[in-house]
Amino acid sequence: MASNVIEVRGAVKHFGDTRAVDGVDLSVRAGELFGLIGHNGAGKTTLFKMLLGLLPPTGGEIRVAGQPTHGEAFRQARRGIGYLPESLALYDNLSGLETLQFFARLKGADPASCGSLLNKVGLGDAGRRRVRGYSKGMRQRLGFAQALLGSPLLLILDEPSNGLDPQGIREFYQILRELRERGVTVVLSSHILAEIQLRVDRLALMRAGKIQALGTVHELREALNLPLDFRLILSPDGAEPLRRALERQPDASLQLDGAIAHIRCPRERKMAVLGVLAGLDRAIVDLQIREPSLEDVFLGYSDIAR
Amino acid sequence: MKTSVEFKPVAVIAGKEFRDRIRNRWVLAVALVFAAFALVIAYFGAAQQGAVGFRGIDVTIASLVSLVIYLVPLIALILGYDAIVGERERGSLELLLSLPITPLELLLGKYLGLAGALACSTLGGFGLAGVALAWKLGLVGLAHFAGFIASALLLGLAFLSIALLLSVLAGDRVRASGLAIALWFFYVLVYDLLLLGILVLSERRFDLGFFPVLLYLNPADIFRILNVFGFEEVRKLYGLATVLPATLASPWLLGGAMVAWIVAPLGLAVWRFK
Repeated sequence: MASNVIEVRGAVKHFGDTRAVDGVDLSVRAGELFGLIGHNGAGKTTLFKMLLGLLPPTGGEIRVAGQPTHGEAFRQARRGIGYLPESLALYDNLSGLETLQFFARLKGADPASCGSLLNKVGLGDAGRRRVRGYSKGMRQRLGFAQALLGSPLLLILDEPSNGLDPQGIREFYQILRELRERGVTVVLSSHILAEIQLRVDRLALMRAGKIQALGTVHELREALNLPLDFRLILSPDGAEPLRRALERQPDASLQLDGAIAHIRCPRERKMAVLGVLAGLDRAIVDLQIREPSLEDVFLGYSDIAR
Repeated sequence: MKTSVEFKPVAVIAGKEFRDRIRNRWVLAVALVFAAFALVIAYFGAAQQGAVGFRGIDVTIASLVSLVIYLVPLIALILGYDAIVGERERGSLELLLSLPITPLELLLGKYLGLAGALACSTLGGFGLAGVALAWKLGLVGLAHFAGFIASALLLGLAFLSIALLLSVLAGDRVRASGLAIALWFFYVLVYDLLLLGILVLSERRFDLGFFPVLLYLNPADIFRILNVFGFEEVRKLYGLATVLPATLASPWLLGGAMVAWIVAPLGLAVWRFK
């Protein structure tokens, strides 16, 4: 499909007997913010390197921006790809500005744009300082600025929020949002699932070199049919009425922790449990319903794999 | 699929490597070392014969050859051994190769940048000494000295090429540095002893017609022959005329062999790096 920026068909990568990527099929649409999650060693970084043409596939076919990931045509395509590696190494003896100008020249981007890029990632004041003196978060911001050189059409970001403080993470995703609005495709991996669950359009869960699940966060959650969690704050004498009322709901489990009660029930029993709780208005001070998080989904798929 | 070589990324990498060596004063330091040694040797080179002061271009170059054979290969190997393996170990190689630059362009850029730094040091250091000695050298002497500088540069470029091959082959920087030292030890200290040993042990029992060719397998020996064959006295001093026929001592042939020593390891490095 022409609107797919990334097309992966049956991609395989072996390192000796190890199957780092084992028959991956994946399509990422233009303008999509796509997440790739998985345990350490699941094959995410290897897949990223294959997408960048850094590792040739042992088998299968990979096309990025319509090109196979080797040869002269892909060299041109690389001008439109920004990459932030997981282990970012920069040149300590250069200043932030010099670093960016060096990469800009290699990428064929305008070195004059480096100053505004540094401002964009919050390093405007540190641009003339040597990278040697940068904190981990500042290096990560500089690495991100490097990935943004030359107005890329595709960003491949491996653990991009490594070392960023909460403010930095917010600013980082704000920039990604702006880029996506301009049609830039973003593929990123992260171990901080709470951070990406509200931000990605779709995601793939990798395990042992394979795509175990693929879809929106909602679709993945639905597919697993994970139970719902209710968190209640009880009045001082609310525990006993709640216990008695839930005896008529055998699918719901109750856990009491002082004035806090946790109820877990299958998704399809949600309205029935809510009905029971509605009749206990004097016993309950407050109520929260928590949907399964991406972390729950991730752990759910881990249980399936076991 | 073939990929063309673009000049711009080569120039960007070469420029960075060169500027790095200028900024950290590597070029200046090595140039000063070369200049100081050259001047000291020019003045005290004949001290063993009980004389002090400039004693002529032949004696000066004969002394400088010994110095250069020890110093230049070592400096070139140290300069280039971590060019690739260092980037790989730090993790910056992956980022570089994700950009529109091919491994060949990266390697060429590294080589040219480092070669530029080495050339500046060699030309600057020995050139400074040449300027200081110019009034004593005369035109012919100056021409000989210029030839010596050019051959010293070729020697450095050959060992730099070997260093880049090591840098591509080695798994980590420690191994690369160990290999670099071992190679220096072999080519500069061991190789000639081995040849001498073969000569002595053979006691004319074998046909040693191939023997002079063995000298071509060591860039340090090529450098030595290039410099000493021009001077009758020095040639006798080294005893080279007894083992090397004049046909094999042609400066063009020797120069060509040195260029081969630059191109071949670099070519192997490119092939392996791809």
